[in-house]
Amino acid sequence: MIRDITLGQYYPAKSILHELDPRVKLAATMIFVISLFVARSPVGYGLATIFLVLVIRMSKVPFRFMTKGLKSIIMLLMITVAFNLFLVDGNTLWRLGFLRITDKGVQTAVMVGIRLIYLILGSSVMTLTTTPNDLTDGLEKAMEPLKKFYIPLGPLKKFRIPVHDMAMIMSIALRFIPILLEETDKIMKAQMARGADFESGNLIQKAKAMVPLLAPLFLSAFRRAMDLALAMEARCYRGGEGRTKMKPLKYESRDRTAYGVILGYFLIVTAIERGVQIYGWIVALPGRWMAVYQWILSFL
Amino acid sequence: MIRAEKLTFDYEKLDETGQAVSMKRAVDGVDLEVRSGEFVAILGHNGSGKSTLAKHINAILLPTEGTLWVDGMDTKDENRLWDIRQDAGMVFQNPDNQIIGTVVEEDVGFGPENLGVPTDEIWRRVEESLQAVGMLKYRKHSPNRLSGGQKQRVAIAGVMAMHPRCIVLDEPTAMLDPHGRRSVIRTVQKLNKEEQITVILITHYMEEVIEADRVFVMDDGKVVMQGTPKEIFSQVDRLKELRLDVPQATLVAYELQKRGFPLPDGILSNEELVEELCRLKSKM
Ligand SMILES: Nc1ncnc2c1ncn2[C@@H]1O[C@H](COP(=O)(O)OP(=O)(O)OP(=O)(O)O)[C@@H](O)[C@H]1O
Ligand SMILES: [Mg+2]
Repeated sequence: MIRDITLGQYYPAKSILHELDPRVKLAATMIFVISLFVARSPVGYGLATIFLVLVIRMSKVPFRFMTKGLKSIIMLLMITVAFNLFLVDGNTLWRLGFLRITDKGVQTAVMVGIRLIYLILGSSVMTLTTTPNDLTDGLEKAMEPLKKFYIPLGPLKKFRIPVHDMAMIMSIALRFIPILLEETDKIMKAQMARGADFESGNLIQKAKAMVPLLAPLFLSAFRRAMDLALAMEARCYRGGEGRTKMKPLKYESRDRTAYGVILGYFLIVTAIERGVQIYGWIVALPGRWMAVYQWILSFL
Repeated sequence: MIRAEKLTFDYEKLDETGQAVSMKRAVDGVDLEVRSGEFVAILGHNGSGKSTLAKHINAILLPTEGTLWVDGMDTKDENRLWDIRQDAGMVFQNPDNQIIGTVVEEDVGFGPENLGVPTDEIWRRVEESLQAVGMLKYRKHSPNRLSGGQKQRVAIAGVMAMHPRCIVLDEPTAMLDPHGRRSVIRTVQKLNKEEQITVILITHYMEEVIEADRVFVMDDGKVVMQGTPKEIFSQVDRLKELRLDVPQATLVAYELQKRGFPLPDGILSNEELVEELCRLKSKM
């Protein structure tokens, strides 16, 4: 069950998406997420769907790997959808005691559900096609301009955003997630063999059963951290300064094309939503003119 | 290559206010010299100060008293710290906790990256060192999916890519199965022979010591015995006193000797034992 978490998991395959510069993929994911919020009409969502399907096909990652990521948020998804379904005001469609479902509620619930699913799928495409190291390299490079800014703390001290350190922390965390998960699994099994019960009981009982799990886990995590720090130091690690890169990031022509594609997609979605808006406005125009006309009439 | 003079190190336990409450002398007046290209093994039971000594060679720990020179550089000289660490690489016990990269080749490149080696040169070094430890075909693999022995070989490659003249291995085989152990030791021996890398191997396994040029035995922070494996292992009683094992063949020969068989001292391998026994039989 613990192994279902696909966070930061990479699926090795040969595809254009795998070869793209991580910065492009980061930017594209962000733009795609924004586009999900720009889209409001079925046409907009349709476009997002087509885009997502095409990208997933292009990634050559089996679809079931994408849906694995969804499993871990299924609770969140259901809660969000339920909230929207029952709490949004509108014309009542159905009522049971204090619960009621409105037309607006259904509409928002569906919209929010789709948004959430697409969001996870979209970011899964990114993490599945990018090695954790590429990802952090991309983040580091993208945040590079931030290195120039600093907050002066007295005459000699300056606080700079530790961009390199943050990236290093992230890449190490990503490397150790599978190891720690495996360890959790092992400790759980060891304790289950001695009669511990993690499966039954209500949420609070389950949480309580986890406590004896955490102590050994933390202990070993700290040990690992100390060992790792030592190993890094022994291999001359001294922060980002003077460090060269084995795989320096460089834009290729395919990266520029990809930027073009994602921007094109975004413009089209925006245009369509605008179009839908303008269309709606035009359709409503006679009514509006009527209102204005009546308003003027009322003065006469 | 490496020279220690009256090397002493105390671990201090500090209380909350930073006052030293207790001290533990882990290394106590050690004098030793390791020549360039030598294969040296360090033995000693748990807590005898082997790891502490090893960490001095990499300037992770600095001596409380005495001096240690690596290639003529005093480890207390802060300006040479990175030269020392580049020159004397270190491989640790737990294979999981010393691999930094998420892909084998990225991990091997970590050291050269830190040294500021240009990109093309890093790739060359990575390939060369993976080749040297026989792990080139795993270059694109995730370290999590490798066996313990393979992980240790990757760790060795990571050190080799920094082009050191000396490698210190602190119980690199302690967590491995016999097969992994052999593959790691063979790799180390090969590097020692073919690339003239000075090797300092800390271990609990006597079989790994047999091929060393010289052996140091530590007890309670001091070097109490040193010599060739033959010299060391001919003193079975002394080793037992120090709570150390001896190779199985040596032990058998020792017991036979005690029962009156005129076998020579310092038999190390099974082959040697068989040979000596055959000779004995033909004489009878
Ligand atoms: N970080 C530390 N703080 C305090 N004391 C320590 C520390 N590390 C080691 N010691 C003590 O120093 C002594 C030497 O330890 P060291 O780790 O060098 O032994 P070792 O020969 O490597 O043993 P092992 O075979 O178990 O690895 C031991 O008595 C140990 O308890
Ligand atoms: Mg030790």
